[in-house]
Amino acid sequence: MGRYILNRLLLMIPTLIIISFIIFVIIQLPPGDYLESYISELESQGESIDHHQIEMLRQQYGLDEPFLMQYWTWATGMLVGDFGYSFEYGLPVTDVVGDRLFLTTVISIFTIAFTWMIAFPIGMYSATHQYSWGDYGLTFLGFLGLATPNFLLALVMLYFANVTFGTSIGGLMDPEYVNQAWSWDKLKSVLEHLWIPVVVIGTSGTAAMIRRLRANLLDELHKPYVVTGRAKGVPPFKLLVKYPLRTALNFFIADIGNMLPSIISGAEIVAVVLSLPTTGPILIAALQSQDMYLAGSFLMFLAILTVVGVLVSDLALALLDPRIRLQGGSR
Amino acid sequence: MKQPPALLEIRNLAVEFQMHGTPITAVKDLSLTLRAGTTLALVGESGSGKTVTSQAILGILPRSARISAGEILFTPPGEETVDIAQLHPDQPAMRALRGDQISIIFQEPMVSLSSMHTIGNQIMEAMLLHRDCSKQEAREATIEMLRLVGFPEPQKAIKRYPFELSGGLRQRAMIAMALICRPALLIADEPTTALDVTVQAQILKLIKSLQQEFNMAVLLITHDLGVVANMADDVVVMYHGEVMERGPAKALFEAPRHPYLKALFSAVPHFDMRAGERLTPIREIEHDIDHFRRLRTPWTEEQMTAGPHLQVSQLSKSFSAHSGSWFGGGEVHHHLAVQDVSLEIGCGECFGLVGESGCGKTTLSKMLMRAVQPDSGKLLYNDRGRMIDLLKLEGEELRAFRPKMRIVFQDPFSSLNPRMTVLNILVEPMQIHQVGDAASQLQRARELMALVGLDPRYLNRYPHSFSGGQRQRISIARALALDPELLIFDEPVSALDVSVQAQILNLLKDLQHELGLTYLFISHNLAVVDYIADRIGVMCRGQLVEVGRREQIFRNPQHPYTKALLAAVPYPDLSRPLDFELLESGRHNVPELWPDPYCAPSDGDLELIEIEPDHQVRRQPIEQLERSLMS
Repeated sequence: MGRYILNRLLLMIPTLIIISFIIFVIIQLPPGDYLESYISELESQGESIDHHQIEMLRQQYGLDEPFLMQYWTWATGMLVGDFGYSFEYGLPVTDVVGDRLFLTTVISIFTIAFTWMIAFPIGMYSATHQYSWGDYGLTFLGFLGLATPNFLLALVMLYFANVTFGTSIGGLMDPEYVNQAWSWDKLKSVLEHLWIPVVVIGTSGTAAMIRRLRANLLDELHKPYVVTGRAKGVPPFKLLVKYPLRTALNFFIADIGNMLPSIISGAEIVAVVLSLPTTGPILIAALQSQDMYLAGSFLMFLAILTVVGVLVSDLALALLDPRIRLQGGSR
Repeated sequence: MKQPPALLEIRNLAVEFQMHGTPITAVKDLSLTLRAGTTLALVGESGSGKTVTSQAILGILPRSARISAGEILFTPPGEETVDIAQLHPDQPAMRALRGDQISIIFQEPMVSLSSMHTIGNQIMEAMLLHRDCSKQEAREATIEMLRLVGFPEPQKAIKRYPFELSGGLRQRAMIAMALICRPALLIADEPTTALDVTVQAQILKLIKSLQQEFNMAVLLITHDLGVVANMADDVVVMYHGEVMERGPAKALFEAPRHPYLKALFSAVPHFDMRAGERLTPIREIEHDIDHFRRLRTPWTEEQMTAGPHLQVSQLSKSFSAHSGSWFGGGEVHHHLAVQDVSLEIGCGECFGLVGESGCGKTTLSKMLMRAVQPDSGKLLYNDRGRMIDLLKLEGEELRAFRPKMRIVFQDPFSSLNPRMTVLNILVEPMQIHQVGDAASQLQRARELMALVGLDPRYLNRYPHSFSGGQRQRISIARALALDPELLIFDEPVSALDVSVQAQILNLLKDLQHELGLTYLFISHNLAVVDYIADRIGVMCRGQLVEVGRREQIFRNPQHPYTKALLAAVPYPDLSRPLDFELLESGRHNVPELWPDPYCAPSDGDLELIEIEPDHQVRRQPIEQLERSLMS
């Protein structure tokens, strides 16, 4: 086990190096750099520009250096925790992203839990009652969730939360707690606001997951080993959970690796609508203004999350499925 | 005195399936009586309603099926009679019977056991459900039961997963699971059909001895009359959901009355067939060979004498596997799948290759097809008088050679692409090898259909609308599409019913004679090989242990492994029961346990030695044997 994990961890190094290079190339692809877009913005506003100062900035940030040198500085900096400097915010990247990273993670975890909690019972019901009215009804609701644009749902929910519960519009906490140290009241306020993004982001995922669980379970339900269990006199619900559901789970565990980054990056537009203090809106802004170190570090963060997520799901699969655990090495 | 009621009495049972809104009767007017401690065999082809009957008794019918009439009266010892037909399948009273008083063994132990749970967990489950006992007690009972069914190390076996066990052990685990609650009635649904003959004999013996121990009634569902002869007290023969004939086994085997049962008997190949005797399938197929005979030029004398059609010398292949879990580290094992195999297949001959699963037959056939690259050895092929070295062929040369040698696989269900029509399937090889234009390919496909006795109008159908036997005929037609000279059959009839098996075997025989083909016929069924092959090779653990003409192998077997294989074949004849004592569990295929001179000595090797013309046996050379006796 230890050896396997070590192998996988070592393999992550070249993977991440390659990803970081590709990210850097892509960020540098659009013509110009942050300073140029900054200048053109100033010019369009009719302000005068001190070319001398610009030149100094350019030297300071190494923007006139060759491409590979810039990459080298950025990549080696990341190793020691220096993710570069955000031009837009005038702060080190770590300071810009820090708190938001934490809140993003919280929302993601709650969203995954929410999705599973809703999707599993409905998926199980749909599969065992295939083609019944209940199945059709729940499927319809699921598709409705899938088809409704997230930002629209977000706006609707914001309105109702405000009207019904008096929750403040937008954000993840009441305004007075922003930039405050963490306290019990602040936590309560966060929890109060949390459910809206969780439900909004979760709804679309839930519908897809119900369909996948239903399809997976239907494949397994009539396998001979389930009949064997039935012939032993196992009660229906226990039979369902112990045999077919257990086998159908593999799929979801394997999906964790993809789910983490897709939830985080997929929720950007919702985050903008809900003005959540998460990382999504920053990424969009950074990409627009060519704030290269911020955008690059952010994408790197997603890449790391993906690679780690895949590792976690692989390990969980091995723990859950003896076939993988005991036969994985044979060729 | 009133006679106590029978354990199971089925009266006028009828089962219906709802298919697209119309009811289809799967079983009609079935009655049978089964007494405690006896065995009743339910015999019939697939689709005859045997399995549906067993599902009705257990209350595990598929959702689309229901019992439409009749009674299933079940009287467990010392308890009241229940009519299972009246119980709802998911009712607690029915659930309490399932797995406790009535249990079942299925055909495929691999798919019938969950590979996510240890066998201990699965065996224990029924006991924990039906008996008021602790986990510890259930665990002990499981270990005891595993010992009873012949697991060498029951304490360890309890933690094993099904995929870690061999087919025979899996079926033993299945039996342990069925018997853990000591049921009054055991339903065995084709319990040995998926197993090798030798393993089959062991499992049958096991069921018999456990039956005596528990005084259990067995409802044996099978299509194999040989198994019936060895196991059953009473027999019920079913055809299309109806009972054709019933009675004590003795009466039925001595004087089968119903034409269907008689036909069933004459469709099974057996060892006492006269040379040239033909099987009579229940439904004979007509095939049209004319087009093909015109196309083929027979081999000339000169071409035939240039060498054997296929000469295999010293062919070896080893596979490496990582042992243990992938958490445990990476010890690499080399497993010799095929070891120094040499054989010759003459022109126009049918060579039968026999052995248990895992003996390397299939690997050998794949190497001959150049699908797997051998580690060492030589393959010489007689291409109409020109000997070519197959292993030297590469690229375009190999592609050009491929039409000459084709293969037919075992499973007609998975070897045909379900998304292609029969026409596409038959035309594909011709397209790949650019034979003719579209019109001539279509014409050829029609002729191929006629050749295997199928209506050319079916060309636009998909494989799923054909039965197993028909699909196997499509596979054969596909193999013949490119006018091959040599055909390899890898267990072509193992997945088929006896009646269909006879059809296919006759077709293969006819095609061989009429088209002058050479066959390599791989099978684990000795009776089938006996029927079709001219010469036979017996394989064990990757090596040929005995080679000879058909009658030499069957009348005068020398090697202990050959003898064991022959002894394990159940005869559909009551006067020749299996000698269970002779078949000690799993000893026959361990080379170290073979007696002298078949066991390799520490200082020498075994060789294939000719003991009479054409008949070779792997043993110690005489000089070597003498040397070891002297010292």
